[in-house]
Amino acid sequence: MKTQEKIEYKATSNACKQCSPLGASFVFRGIERSIPLLHGSQGCSTYIRRYLISHFNEPVDIACSNFTEETAVFGGGANLKLAVENIIKQYKPELIGIATTCLSETIGEDVPMILKGYNKENFDENFPEIVSVSTPSYSGTHIDGFHGAVRAVVDSLSVKKKTNTKQINIFPGMLSPADLRHLKEIVSDFSTDYAMLPDYSDTFDGPLWTEYQEIPEGGTKIEKIASMGDAVASIEFGKILAGKESAGKMLESRFNVPCHSLGLPIGINETDAFLKALETITGKPVPEKYIQERGRLIDSYADGHKYVFDARAVVYGEEDLVTGLASFLSEVGIIPIICASGGESGLLRQKILDIIPDAKDVGIRIIEGADFVEIGKEAKKIDPDFFIGNSKGYRIAREMKKPLIRVGFPVHDRLGGARIVHVGYRGAQQLFDTISNTIIATRQEASPVGYTYM
Amino acid sequence: MTNIPILKERKKQIYHKGEGVFDLTCDTKSLAGSVSQRACVFCGSRVVLYPIADALHLIHGPIGCASYTWDIRGALSSGPELHRMSFSTDLRERDIIFGGEKKLYASLVQLIDTYRPNAAFVYCTCIIGIIGDDVDSVCKRVTEEKGIPVLPVHSEGFKGTKKDGYKAACESLSMLVGTGSVEDIGKYAINIMGEFNIAGEAWTIKEYYENMGLEVVAVFTGDGRVENIKRSHGALLNVVQCSGSILRLAQIMEEKYGIPYIRVSYFGIEDMSKALYDVAAHFKDNLGIMKKTKEIVRNEIDTIYPDLLRYKKALSGRKAAIYVGGAFKAFSMIKALRSLGIDVVLAGSQTGNKDDYKVLRDMCDEGTVILDDANPLELSKYCIEKGADLFVGGVKERPIAYKLGIAFCDHNHERKISLAGYSGMINLAKEVYSSVLSPVWKFAPQRMISQKNMTRR
Repeated sequence: MKTQEKIEYKATSNACKQCSPLGASFVFRGIERSIPLLHGSQGCSTYIRRYLISHFNEPVDIACSNFTEETAVFGGGANLKLAVENIIKQYKPELIGIATTCLSETIGEDVPMILKGYNKENFDENFPEIVSVSTPSYSGTHIDGFHGAVRAVVDSLSVKKKTNTKQINIFPGMLSPADLRHLKEIVSDFSTDYAMLPDYSDTFDGPLWTEYQEIPEGGTKIEKIASMGDAVASIEFGKILAGKESAGKMLESRFNVPCHSLGLPIGINETDAFLKALETITGKPVPEKYIQERGRLIDSYADGHKYVFDARAVVYGEEDLVTGLASFLSEVGIIPIICASGGESGLLRQKILDIIPDAKDVGIRIIEGADFVEIGKEAKKIDPDFFIGNSKGYRIAREMKKPLIRVGFPVHDRLGGARIVHVGYRGAQQLFDTISNTIIATRQEASPVGYTYM
Repeated sequence: MTNIPILKERKKQIYHKGEGVFDLTCDTKSLAGSVSQRACVFCGSRVVLYPIADALHLIHGPIGCASYTWDIRGALSSGPELHRMSFSTDLRERDIIFGGEKKLYASLVQLIDTYRPNAAFVYCTCIIGIIGDDVDSVCKRVTEEKGIPVLPVHSEGFKGTKKDGYKAACESLSMLVGTGSVEDIGKYAINIMGEFNIAGEAWTIKEYYENMGLEVVAVFTGDGRVENIKRSHGALLNVVQCSGSILRLAQIMEEKYGIPYIRVSYFGIEDMSKALYDVAAHFKDNLGIMKKTKEIVRNEIDTIYPDLLRYKKALSGRKAAIYVGGAFKAFSMIKALRSLGIDVVLAGSQTGNKDDYKVLRDMCDEGTVILDDANPLELSKYCIEKGADLFVGGVKERPIAYKLGIAFCDHNHERKISLAGYSGMINLAKEVYSSVLSPVWKFAPQRMISQKNMTRR
């Protein structure tokens, strides 16, 4: 009993997670003419903005209700309303996405109650939609804030209008803008209508401006979210998400929209499953373009298989990303020797075992609720070939003189985090080439000969 | 002109020099929904204490505050690097209900045993006050048990502005000051305050002072060490830069130990030289110090001047916008940019006070926009309207500048390039030059509208 208590009261050292309002901010940024508003201290929005800006290199405006001492005592209602009014004046949004924080949750703020009557009916038709999500930073991680916000948006905006739509709902999860762009391309190539939520492919990765944009162009259209109840099916990615409440499941139980819960489409196996789902839903065959892409990918697997075989990788990040990467790595013969996440859904172990049934025999360590000090300690025991994950693993990789392959979020020490493609055959191709070449380069540099052929 | 709207309440915090009566509102909480560039009380404390490299910095609260401030500053250390770690009690729902004291205690004990720091700072985040943790008692208990100072920092995010965080940090530091031996400290000893050793700047400054014949007892807080802070009351003068952040500590040390302080800045030739002369002038009884100072200033300027002139030739006539944390930095930047032939058309700060803004108004040219606690829309609006070619600011301002095709110079605490001192002035010129003169801007849509002749150096 005593030892258990000690484990419970452990400090987190170099966290492998962020807080839930950050994830919610991703989602509210991915809806057309939408702006996130955090109900909490000024620092919450500024720190999250800075964290996102350092990854995306885009302006990221996140408003805040700006708690003061009086607010904390008497409640934040007045501040929240003032924030909403000022946002409308400055940004003219079509949607304001409110995420709570540890502060507003601890004092028991009830956002829907505070903003009751704040709607188009009581104001005018230009009044924005308001969606709120409960994201106390003391529960879950950023990924829970992300999925929670997606669910909250669907919960308050999606209806069954009984339109004759052929729309497919796509809930991609926390992917890169380049991933979202690629997913849209794939679905479009099946000549089908779709709604993807969120879609920050343009709002987090746009061109320079000709004119000033208060809210960057792009994002999921609100009417597309509204018609999600009429969709022919939903596809949502994330094997961990599959074990939790989700927007897709909500649409299924509420409006009988069938939900296809798939793993993140990283690597051939999971991309095949995604394309198969699209085939099933649309009744159309996989376009030739992807058959070719898949063919070239397998061709490259053949060319490179020996270089990567039995290489050992330390994989870390959100649980669903880790699961997706583990699936990809194991299909090319790389052992994800450490699979670690700051998340604590309790599902990671089983999901890894589903993909790699002999994980235990191979010596794979699965660490849930991990921080980077723990990951570093474990990594030092096993002398891995490379690290794969966000840029926060750099310090360990540097210390151990091992290459770090940057994927996911955040990438704070390189350009182009928004442009990394993880999904589809194309993403697998990028990952495979990067990993193979990293291993080849490491051997080449360590070699006394320095061969100029592979 | 642009169509970007300015909130009514915000108009009081914006002044166009030459238009109407100057009565800028400042020192207020940020307006809800305005999207201020400021952070919170915790941020103020965190930035001040962060560079103390042999101390444990434990952030008491849910994970966000620790995650977002991990390795966030470019504050270098010549030895231990414990400050570059991010420690959090990572409070969960259960802790919110039952209190976080036990977890705080256990975390402190565990981390102190593991890392053997010389002191520990415990930062209170927003909810600590709300859930009623008695952080002071826990700190006291661990101090007694572990034999190192464990200091609470009362930095609950919502209890004021970033400036209140500076004060909270100063108060924690003041508990350390005066607890060490001052025996070996000589007659010509100073503390360098408000210098955070970003990209090694404190080392440059320290070298100037040492070459002048002075002894530096402690740097607050760049490359900081607990032992030096403990004995810093043995200094005869506190030299305070970035006055907003550490002035409170200088005041406490004046009251308590009778140590006078002067305010300086190390940015730009003019302010850098003035700093050295002012410090030298304080030690009137030793004429050798002033003599050496004159030599140093002359030599340093002689070294950089030819390069500076070349940069000036290339940059003359450009227009700059400056938006920084403290107003003091803005003053220096205006002078430094002027020495490169660049005019300032927008100047603002997150935390300036009435006196600061009066100085700023007097320094600025007619037509310059002065802003307090600005937001991205206001910064963009005036950059476009005033035709800025260059933005000097921090990470949050960088993408605004780039989207509009405006060059950018990072003057925030994350930068990797030293901008202080004489060598820093050349680095600044290089930084500005390499962004303003880059050929990539010819592809920027905003810039095509006001295309300028690009003359390379």
